[in-house]
Amino acid sequence: MILPLLDICNLTFAVGNQKILDRLDLTIQPREIHALLGANGSGKTTLAYVLMGCEGYVPSGGHILFNGTDLLPLKMYERARFGLTLAWQEPARFEGITVREYLSLGKPDYDPEPALRQVGLDPERYLNRRVDKTLSGGERHRVELASVLSMKPTLVILDEPAAGIDMLSITHIIDIIRALKAAGGSVLLITHQEEVALIADRASQLCTGRIIFSGNPREAVDHYRGRTCVR
Amino acid sequence: MSDLDDLRRTLPMVGTEPSILDDTSIAHVVAHGHRILSRRTVPGLRVEMEETPDTIVGKLIVEAGVQIAQPIHMCFGLTHPTGVQQITIDVQICEGAQARVLSHCLFPLAQAAEHRMQAVVEIGPGASLIYTEGHYHGPHGGMQVLPHATVKIGKGARYFSDFSLLSGSVGNLDIDYLVEVEKDGIAELTAKIFAHKTDRIALKETVVLRGERSRGLIKTRVVLDGEARAEITGITEAHAKGARGHVDCMEIVQGQAHASAIPIVRVFHPEAKVTHEAAIGSVDKKELETLMARGLTPEQAVEVIVSGILR
Repeated sequence: MILPLLDICNLTFAVGNQKILDRLDLTIQPREIHALLGANGSGKTTLAYVLMGCEGYVPSGGHILFNGTDLLPLKMYERARFGLTLAWQEPARFEGITVREYLSLGKPDYDPEPALRQVGLDPERYLNRRVDKTLSGGERHRVELASVLSMKPTLVILDEPAAGIDMLSITHIIDIIRALKAAGGSVLLITHQEEVALIADRASQLCTGRIIFSGNPREAVDHYRGRTCVR
Repeated sequence: MSDLDDLRRTLPMVGTEPSILDDTSIAHVVAHGHRILSRRTVPGLRVEMEETPDTIVGKLIVEAGVQIAQPIHMCFGLTHPTGVQQITIDVQICEGAQARVLSHCLFPLAQAAEHRMQAVVEIGPGASLIYTEGHYHGPHGGMQVLPHATVKIGKGARYFSDFSLLSGSVGNLDIDYLVEVEKDGIAELTAKIFAHKTDRIALKETVVLRGERSRGLIKTRVVLDGEARAEITGITEAHAKGARGHVDCMEIVQGQAHASAIPIVRVFHPEAKVTHEAAIGSVDKKELETLMARGLTPEQAVEVIVSGILR
């Protein structure tokens, strides 16, 4: 039996008395694309922040094993160095930092051109652009995906990677997600878009902080569309 | 070693190679305290500098229609721990002329030193001046710097200034610039300062948009740590139809530092528009976490963010 890459068990996170994640269980296998579906407020992004170790997102119960190692005592950058990363739904903008510098952070000898081409951006036009508000939302998303590709992560959490991307470019985003898997990584894919969710190997539906369905993506999408979120 | 040699050796602290002073195609003035150590001019540029016991008085004139190909270097400073330098200078960029001036203000050993600059700058119709001023005040924090300037930008003229003090200590810095812009003129003022320990900054920049379709931008980036203090005042007045101005101030505060930003906007014509934005705070949490999610430690992430802001 293959040990899961990510094993989340009984995970609970609350703000005051309100449980945002409520004894949540989820596993992700090596080289698996796992889609996470759920209505607004169901806890998808909170789960991403807890996994990544963002400030203020310390769970009150449960455990997270990543490659067999307890993730919770690790700081955010230690988790990243361990092979876990997160691409935000609304990526941050950085004044003064060029795309070339952003993609080469911590890797001075890295050649960012292949990753940039992979996300459909021409290196000649983009390498010296700044990762600031002069990039459109779609361009910034693509740069973020190139940054994730440059890390060669073991597991990447993509929070709505196709948000703000035009319809014609969604197939490009799908290609990138598949490329992450082909490079040996796993993807936790948070999405509302059916055509994106359907590329997953498995999918789960989150409802008020708990996984209420896991299975193949078609069934999960149908489950999500057809039923009210009631536990 | 001579004062000139000492100043030359310090030039790399503001990103300039000392060899530019040897290049006969590049104009320069080098002054230590109230002594002029070296000067060179090029065709179309007149440099008139006079030493007095308590100031250097000078004129820098770019003749009408002349485009000075290479930047004009003005290197001022003191290489002793104490002393005073006062510069009074008139700069005239005559009609249709173009020039770039790089001013290097070097005080590498300052412990109780003072640098005062009184400048009057006139940029004639259709002329252009790019003015870059880089400071280095050494590690001790004993510097008093008071650059005050009045800049008049003629019809269709352009003025871009960039003040930076990014390494070493600041000491006490008191900047006061007043810029007046005539019809179709453009003024862009940028200041970038990194202050530490007990440094004190008072920065006041005023842009008065007098002419129709004149445009102004005041952009300030200040990072403070230790117990540094800063008060940044950006004032833009618009007096004519189609005038457009913007004030953009960002201050990053770390440690026990304090900062204030005072954007003042005055509009005197119904078809003029001035906007402002000011942000003061610690390093943006989302930027920090994005970089940590790429494997950077908090310290490395702050360094990347701050270096970008001050670029």
